[in-house]
Amino acid sequence: MSVVIETMAPVPTRPWRNSKATGMRNLLAIALALICGGAINQVTGLSGFLGLFVGTAFLFPVFIAVANAKRGANVVTDRIASAVIAVAFIAVTIPWLSIFITVFQKGSEAFHSSYLTDDMKITPSGDDLQYGGIAHAIIGTMLMVLVATVISVPFGIIAAVYIVEVKGRFAGLIRFLVQAMSGVPSIVAGLFVYSTVVVLFGGFSAWAGAVALSILMLPTVARTSEEVLKLVSVDLRTSSAALGATQARTVFTVVIPTVASGLITAAVLGVARVVGETAPLILTSSYFVAKSTNLNDPIASLPIYIFSSLGLGDQNATARAWGGALVLLGLVFFFFLLTRIFSSRIKRK
Amino acid sequence: MLTNVPDKRSIENSLTRVDKVFQNLVTLGAFFSMVVLAAIGGFLLYRGFEIFKDFGFSFITGSKWDIGNPEDTGTAILGIGAMLFGSVITAIIAVVLSVPFAVATALLIEFYVPKWFKTILVSVLDLVAALPSVVFGIWGYAVLLPLVEGWSKTIENYLGWIPIFNVPSGIFGRSPFLAGLLLGLMIVPIITSVAREVYSQAPRDLIDAASALGGTRWGALRTVVLPFGRSGLVGGTMLGLGRALGETVAVYLTLNLVFEVNFKILASAGGNVASLIATKFGEATEYELKALMAAGLVLFLVTLLVNFGATMIVNKSRKIV
Amino acid sequence: MENNQIESQISETARPHITAKVEIPEQRSKLHTEDVQVDKMVKSESGLETRNVHAWFDKHHALADISLHFPKNTVTGLIGPSGCGKSTFLRLLNRMHEFIPRAAMAGEVLFAGNDIYDPGVNPIDIRRRIGMVFQKPNPFPAMNIGENVVAGLKLSRVKTSNKDALIEDCLTRAGLWKEVKDRLGSAGGSLSGGQQQRLCIARALALNPEVLLLDEPCSALDPGSTLRVEETIVQLSATMTIVIVTHNMQQAARVSDYCAFFLSDGGPGQLVEADLTTNIFSNPSDTRTADYVQGRFG
Repeated sequence: MSVVIETMAPVPTRPWRNSKATGMRNLLAIALALICGGAINQVTGLSGFLGLFVGTAFLFPVFIAVANAKRGANVVTDRIASAVIAVAFIAVTIPWLSIFITVFQKGSEAFHSSYLTDDMKITPSGDDLQYGGIAHAIIGTMLMVLVATVISVPFGIIAAVYIVEVKGRFAGLIRFLVQAMSGVPSIVAGLFVYSTVVVLFGGFSAWAGAVALSILMLPTVARTSEEVLKLVSVDLRTSSAALGATQARTVFTVVIPTVASGLITAAVLGVARVVGETAPLILTSSYFVAKSTNLNDPIASLPIYIFSSLGLGDQNATARAWGGALVLLGLVFFFFLLTRIFSSRIKRK
Repeated sequence: MLTNVPDKRSIENSLTRVDKVFQNLVTLGAFFSMVVLAAIGGFLLYRGFEIFKDFGFSFITGSKWDIGNPEDTGTAILGIGAMLFGSVITAIIAVVLSVPFAVATALLIEFYVPKWFKTILVSVLDLVAALPSVVFGIWGYAVLLPLVEGWSKTIENYLGWIPIFNVPSGIFGRSPFLAGLLLGLMIVPIITSVAREVYSQAPRDLIDAASALGGTRWGALRTVVLPFGRSGLVGGTMLGLGRALGETVAVYLTLNLVFEVNFKILASAGGNVASLIATKFGEATEYELKALMAAGLVLFLVTLLVNFGATMIVNKSRKIV
Repeated sequence: MENNQIESQISETARPHITAKVEIPEQRSKLHTEDVQVDKMVKSESGLETRNVHAWFDKHHALADISLHFPKNTVTGLIGPSGCGKSTFLRLLNRMHEFIPRAAMAGEVLFAGNDIYDPGVNPIDIRRRIGMVFQKPNPFPAMNIGENVVAGLKLSRVKTSNKDALIEDCLTRAGLWKEVKDRLGSAGGSLSGGQQQRLCIARALALNPEVLLLDEPCSALDPGSTLRVEETIVQLSATMTIVIVTHNMQQAARVSDYCAFFLSDGGPGQLVEADLTTNIFSNPSDTRTADYVQGRFG
């Protein structure tokens, strides 16, 4: 017997993994909690999916405690804590899921073959859903976001370069101000642009909207760029300097190209942050029903399209608002995927 | 023993002209954020100064918003007290409701799930953090409102004897509770990501020490990780608070704008400064517009203060590590 | 590989005997918290024993076929160059190994005759009964000195009738009482490195462990503090089994009764030989051991 054991190659095992018995016991606790939750559901006023969840959520830790009762107070507390943490996590994901599902369900009702290519020039918001579209809002949003990107990305990167490359005397102060700026309420940014750009240049315009968005975008771009620039190793800078390059040349020809995809991520993150901003646009770009690319006039945007459709209280208008929400969600999701793609290319260099 | 130690030579690191220009330009550009912050404060003060002059402190404390005779600004009574109160109470509800869930989520992500799942969860959190507030708002109005109305009635039924849960008007619905709950859902990802970052830096050797002393996973989290992350959590919570204080559209859609200090959180009345601005902006008289500018300045200063505090606390807790 | 069990006697009277009364109401002999019948051929031998233990980190085979016996109330030094798996082996002895993601093991670790890796064994009980002190002193920063000493009781929910007496007793046994008795309320971090390490030893003692594992406990300390910790170790070995990982040959010679020499030839770490410390240093049976203890490599 012992000879056999010694000649056999040792097999890696993980005896600390939950045994089948433990796993079954936990499953049983979940199942029991679900059943009892369902029973409570029937007996009391709690109804529907949420009622079932609430009942289950409160019972699950109790059953887990019972299932582990033999293992001592310490283990029971630990298991209850795990169960509560799991339940709390599921509790927050339910509304998030609900948002995605609801927007998708209600939003798709507004869709028709030319929804993405038509505007609302000749269609009142309360009109039947097969008329009109959202193209003007998409164009307006993209246009303003583009202009905002052109304004904020250079300043954002410059702030990051100052903090990471120049390491100036005020680096700490600048970082602090950028962080503080990210907390400026969007409506305040809108008020500011209204009191300057709109008042001074005589009226609502896409320009004003873009400026407001760029204020909100700048901190995101600056902070992400800072993180990205920090990934460039000191060696790379030193070797560039050792070749006789000036700091300016080092930054432009070595540092920035090295982390280009990271800086693009920073820009796209900024875009994702502001593409759905509503409040500042109410005060700056206002709204327009037709496709337009004129930066000097009021312009449509997705958030305002949603917001104004919702305010009308009409059933079809509300359906249009959901349609807009779906398109906006799609845009945010698209930009978010872009950041994932670009940031997956960032490597420490 | 050395007797003649030579004087230290100073090495002059004189920059080339190109670099001098480069550094100056970058420095100039970097101060853009300061210029913007100063300009926001400056312009709002400039446009709203007349209001502060006319009403003084009662603009902050007063709860009445009446333009009076549009032709005669002297008849107007304007105060944002109720709205400020509404901003604060909705933000407090949001923070109170969201912090436990954010802590649980952060702990789950850092200490309970395998790595592949952690990556997914972090992405989901980032995505939810990027969801536009108008999407939250429309969902809150359409889905959450009817639910909360039912819950509110139940709460009032059993706990109505507690003043804040009392609803004498019998009108539930678009209440501070609903708005606060919605704001809470919006700031959970913000608080979670800060908490997660801080928790992940809890020293491994202390967690080991706790385990070696017979601590369970929860024991180690409670004795080591949670105390270690406390100040970071406070900072993250304040960041969330700042976001909740300044939120416009989500509150606009889920809170009934009424000019009274309403601490009965289940009753359908309230408002916050940001949604006041969005509501009144469309049809505002010139004088009222100035009042909105002044209100914006107050909101700006309050959120700036909260954010300064939050940033300092978060940075400090990062530095300890 | 041959079985490197050590069977030798050491005189217990040679050491100062500590009479400490610590009240631990928990049943110490109860290894299993669940009613699992353990059918082991081995009968309850005192001390700690490993049989053909292997360790992996993911695919990396870190430790191969270690069979060692640590007799009750002795000090065993684990020596060997860096990366030979000493610390991995130590963490296998109180089930800390499993905290590393993707870690795996094979073989048996017998404690009081029972395999601590049996399903149904509560690892938390094991860690409570087999204490551990780490390389870097790590008192809990959020607790004061007194709270640090009894932190283990709080963590493992052991009740004690007289906390103050326990704190005094543990600090006395760790050789720290005189230095800190007037400032039990101040933070653990306010102590010097050596004092902090003795505080960590006191913290481990509060649970009244039968075995104490020390992972290079003096590597972060100055020579004076090292000496104090070594004295503490020798005193403690009167009442408990001690396993100490050390890089310091003199330390191994000073404190240990037995020594086990680990070595890795690029592959997994293996046990080269284990014997009385005097034999390891004066008359090792393997030339590699001789080379190492005489400082020719490592």
